Amino acid sequence: MGELITSFLSGGPIPMFAYLIVSTLMFFIGVYGFLSRKNMLMVLISIELMLNAADINFAVFNRYLYPEQHEGLFFALFAIGIAAAETAVAIAIIINIYRNVKSIYIDENITEMKN
Amino acid sequence: MIEQVIFYILAFFIVGFSLLAVTERRIIRASVYLLFVLLGTAGLYLILEYHFLAAAQVAVYAGGIMVLFVFSILLTDHPGAEVKYEKPKRMIISAFAALAGIAICGHIIYYNVSRAYQYIAQGEIDMKDLGMTLMGTGKYQYMLPFEAISLLLLACIIGGILIARKK
Repeated sequence: MGELITSFLSGGPIPMFAYLIVSTLMFFIGVYGFLSRKNMLMVLISIELMLNAADINFAVFNRYLYPEQHEGLFFALFAIGIAAAETAVAIAIIINIYRNVKSIYIDENITEMKN
Repeated sequence: MIEQVIFYILAFFIVGFSLLAVTERRIIRASVYLLFVLLGTAGLYLILEYHFLAAAQVAVYAGGIMVLFVFSILLTDHPGAEVKYEKPKRMIISAFAALAGIAICGHIIYYNVSRAYQYIAQGEIDMKDLGMTLMGTGKYQYMLPFEAISLLLLACIIGGILIARKK
């Protein structure tokens, strides 16, 4: 913490681990939401948070460790595209579940979908 | 100095709104907080001078995925119905798991990430370079993943229609 403050006061560039701390906090807040909510859409929102934290890490590592290459940028770009596809399918499944059992909570109703 | 001020404002914005997004009772508000988190992430990409990535983040996440979320919330939500959470014991266990993960990863990041790496200002990446890298077939070029993603998106569109249509 003290290191962050001295770096802030000296006015240098932003240290790399400041970005990593932000993305770590975001990822584990997503984990908490994923485990603690029962609404399927809230679970999906938590998954988006986790994916977003991973994207930040790709961009930051690319910029700080290999600034002359663009691999992390393209990986983050493809990850954004795949996240969009995944969300579309997940929401289609949730709407289908809502049609069948009239509820989108993760509880005993959902196991009836097996039959 | 000004860059650091902007970064810390964005960092507190992102962390605060992601906490609000997972703890908010009303789901439509949670999705709006998620939108703020995604826009803050686009701001981080702007600080890192990845302008194209920031634009893609705003267009795909804030423009596309949030519209999907809001539509599906409006289709499936009962306003006024009581919100069900997991059991309190389960919530405490998940909070404990998240805190343990933060502690472990924070320790590793704080003590093992080298301070030697510095930010090297490169300016904006040329759009022509980006386009050639996306569409080229040589080394460090990404024609094949690009086409694979386009097939994946087509499959997702067809699959989404098939799953969600009325029988």
